[in-house]
Amino acid sequence: MMSFNKPALLLALCPIFLLAACGKTETSAPQAGDAAELVVKIGASAPLTGPQAHIGKDNEYGTRMAIEDANAKGLTIAGKKVRFELLSEDDQSDPKAATIVAQKLVDAKVNGVIGHLNSGTSIPAARIYSDNGIPQIAPSATAVAYTAQGYKTAFRVMANDAQQGKVLGEFASNKLGAKKIAVLDDRTAYGQGIADEFVKSAQASGAQIVAREYTTDKAVDFAAVLTSIKGKQPDLIFFGGMDPQGSPMVKQLRALGMKTQFMMGDGGYTPKFIDNAGGAAEGTYASLPGVPLDKMPSGRDFATRYEAQFKQPIQLYAPYCYDAVNVMIAAMQKADSAEPAKYLPLLGAVVHDGVTAKIAFDAKGDLKGGAVTLYQVRQAKWQAVETMGGAAP
Amino acid sequence: MDIFLQQLINGLVQGSVYALVALGYTMVYGILGLINFAHGEVVMVGAMVALTALQALLAAAFAPVLAVLFSLMLAVAACMALGYGIERIAYRPLRNAPRLAPLITAIGVSIVLQNLAMMIWGREYHAFPLPFNNGLHEMGGAIITDVQIVIVLVALVMMAGLMGVVHRTRMGRAMRAVAENPSAAALMGVDINRVISATFMLGSALAAVAGLMVSANYGIVHYYMGFMLGLKAFTAAVLGGIGNLRGAMLGGVLLGLIESLGAGYIGDLSGGFLGSHYQDVFAFFVLIAVLVLRPSGLLGERVAERA
Amino acid sequence: MKLHRPANRHLLLALALLVLPFVIDALFGHGWVRIADFALLYIMLALGLNIVVGYAGLLDLGYIAFFAVGAYTYALLGSPQFGLHWPMYVVLPLGALFACFFGVLLGAPTLRLRGDYLAIVTLGFGEIIRIFMNNLNAPVNITNGPQGISSIDPLHVGTFSFAGQHELFGIGFSSVHQHYYLFLAFTLLVAFVSLRLQHSRIGRAWMAIREDEVAANAMGINTRNIKLLAFAMGATFGGISGGLFAGFQGFVSPESFSLMESIMVLCMVVLGGMGNITGVVLGGVLLVVLPEVFRHGAGPLQQALFGKIVVDPESLRMLMFGLALILVMLWRPAGLWPSTQRRRELMPDESVAQQEQDTVYDSAK
Repeated sequence: MMSFNKPALLLALCPIFLLAACGKTETSAPQAGDAAELVVKIGASAPLTGPQAHIGKDNEYGTRMAIEDANAKGLTIAGKKVRFELLSEDDQSDPKAATIVAQKLVDAKVNGVIGHLNSGTSIPAARIYSDNGIPQIAPSATAVAYTAQGYKTAFRVMANDAQQGKVLGEFASNKLGAKKIAVLDDRTAYGQGIADEFVKSAQASGAQIVAREYTTDKAVDFAAVLTSIKGKQPDLIFFGGMDPQGSPMVKQLRALGMKTQFMMGDGGYTPKFIDNAGGAAEGTYASLPGVPLDKMPSGRDFATRYEAQFKQPIQLYAPYCYDAVNVMIAAMQKADSAEPAKYLPLLGAVVHDGVTAKIAFDAKGDLKGGAVTLYQVRQAKWQAVETMGGAAP
Repeated sequence: MDIFLQQLINGLVQGSVYALVALGYTMVYGILGLINFAHGEVVMVGAMVALTALQALLAAAFAPVLAVLFSLMLAVAACMALGYGIERIAYRPLRNAPRLAPLITAIGVSIVLQNLAMMIWGREYHAFPLPFNNGLHEMGGAIITDVQIVIVLVALVMMAGLMGVVHRTRMGRAMRAVAENPSAAALMGVDINRVISATFMLGSALAAVAGLMVSANYGIVHYYMGFMLGLKAFTAAVLGGIGNLRGAMLGGVLLGLIESLGAGYIGDLSGGFLGSHYQDVFAFFVLIAVLVLRPSGLLGERVAERA
Repeated sequence: MKLHRPANRHLLLALALLVLPFVIDALFGHGWVRIADFALLYIMLALGLNIVVGYAGLLDLGYIAFFAVGAYTYALLGSPQFGLHWPMYVVLPLGALFACFFGVLLGAPTLRLRGDYLAIVTLGFGEIIRIFMNNLNAPVNITNGPQGISSIDPLHVGTFSFAGQHELFGIGFSSVHQHYYLFLAFTLLVAFVSLRLQHSRIGRAWMAIREDEVAANAMGINTRNIKLLAFAMGATFGGISGGLFAGFQGFVSPESFSLMESIMVLCMVVLGGMGNITGVVLGGVLLVVLPEVFRHGAGPLQQALFGKIVVDPESLRMLMFGLALILVMLWRPAGLWPSTQRRRELMPDESVAQQEQDTVYDSAK
């Protein structure tokens, strides 16, 4: 009998909801807070659950620190004291969830968005932000396609795959003198993207790609592909992928009796890589966009304060999130408005001294210059070797 | 030539692991006619338990040999209990149910075990400690490590032992009787429930051994490691003829060789059109081809078509 | 108004479905309307899989492959990838057609296989499709590989774009609302076709095969064609849903079509009630909405109870899925909302659950 009553009840309620819905479209919600204070909502999105939860949380911390710093400074925009608010949402690194999250942030009338962590989530979410005119600064999405979609609202503060792959390829062939190079990737958007750019750049610098092999982001056995590579006798092996595959790969490489140099992108630059690969990690190269934190005056300060506040070392991208927020705030100050429509046109022209690099955008919204630092494992520690490309501080 | 030899060794080592895991699938299928989808997760749990035990024992300054043996025993015991539990909870109540039901509970068990393991041991990849120095040996230009030699030897010993159990002991005879005709076996005084439990436990013990060997070889343990391994091992069991012990061993080694030679040579042979990114496609393609062309597998009887 | 007249009840239901997005919007905001849109897409998928698994009793673990085929068809023919921008009313049917073709391609060689063997072959098939989509960017770039295809055209007919803002009778319809009505129309169509099929000759033939293939064959049913038809129909619905997904999302990449998605759709069908359309719809709604509730509820709830996040909601969600699969199979093997008609047909005095269990699939051993 329930089935009879439910629709009836719904029907009875419908006029009320309809009224509510119409009412909502007619009047725009007034800004909360008293007249003297301007509340600016900054949306942030990253995977806070799932396999990348620790990196996502790191992003949130970086964003939060920037917002707390800005509040402490007591900025004023259009004569009003500004209070920044953080709205952090979990996108589960799932493209579908990312669009839902983007919609929620738009609903909440955020003034700008810092996110998302992955390229796979940043790309579909960008369409929703663009439709609603909300500026989006991606701290760590590196796929070229993210800014290539042509949305005026999409920016990023990290060197993209093309910029990073280019530097890595030049370093491998010019600085390390590798003539024959084998390239592996894990068939993810990140791994394939950076590996393809590496190949282009290494070939342009005169190196020869003797093998192009593949694995997956869930594999642990690389013996077959590494053996095949061994037959081609390369001077250097480049792997586009993350540390869970990188560390067993370098181990198996050494177990096959190969002394070949091993190189990865920023996916390898983690303390976990060294933990898991043990002695085999020694001598491995990996890159990280930007300038080493301890080379930037504000960077060293950032690292100390981050560790004091969140009781953990910086995982990966927190400094980029910190910079992203500050760039956004700089644009708001320049426009003297937190309205997306007012400050968006100025965002592209902002030049900001961040903790990772000097930040300025090109016409597409990509980072101009894009410095990349190379690190090497020495005595079981990542040590900076050289910063290439981009404007040095 | 040395590269080819190396690929053979890679395939043999990988295949030995597949074979050990495949035995677990094939034993259960032989007796119950059921695919134990959760078997791969048992391998993972074995590896995780061994990891925790080994870390604790090494920290307590046990002698390396003792530590490895003890953690192996612990892993085997834990997996046997797990295998018994899975059968009791997820399969026994459904023994007379439609065939789809236990398959879906098996998927359920697999998801539950994965997520429990993730909660207990975390999402990150763990380094598996090796208390010995893993020496390299050269054979005709190819390299083989101590651990890999141990894997192949242990796999051989375990298989021989299993054949002994199934063909020489009372329990083995009971197993074969149940596989042949459960009701007739019951009439002859065989305790079917006990036999089935024993089968699950035996298969799980092999899975624990496989788990330890895989983690020692790759030096890395992860909550997701069992799924793909289980799928490949099942493919191996089907390839050899599911329900047939010798078939599982043959299928395992064959699949290992197909994969390593495929990944190693297909790129060069097809002029770069197909490459190692299709490695998993080979495994599935072999599976589909075998099932379609010869549903009984290489050494199996015709069981696939029974209603 | 007499509420117990079926016509009136249908009218009520229709009204409720029509105002639903505004109700959701007023209560929770646009984000939840978007969730409702996804729920409709998944219901379409679940209804398609229901034909294969629920009606014909063929366990398919690679169903998401057809969703992927539909989505990629739309993406390739309506994006800058090849510079093609074909209209939706051409691309969607094409996607359905391709998916249908792949359904037959999968069905044909597997006709002889049953139960668990079929499950493992379909699983392999689903993975093969995904791996190909992930790798077909070289030597000739077709799918753009793991990067996926972005900037896909929004769903549009002529100059009317579903992604734009429109106004009708003074009520504003935003993008998510318009997609809701579009998806609702397709879902109702799929549900209607399923319903009509269920009671047709073909539907009865499927169920006959499900109960006992040998007997069905003996009764003169062409089991080969009927099984192929089940694969083809199921795949077609998956293809339509996939095309709509691509247009809605604007971006497709192979990671959206993993094995886990296939299992999720299967869960909807199994948990809701195999073979029963209402049950399948219920399963779809539950499995899309509950995780969202979990996402928003489990974290804060734990925070309130223990003062910190003890178990992260994502793993809790998957754990619940696994447990639900096991428990439902053990206690309600026919799903949460099994077909009442079947229940009535089968001896009403006997234990219904036992009956369902005996007849849902080929219990002949």
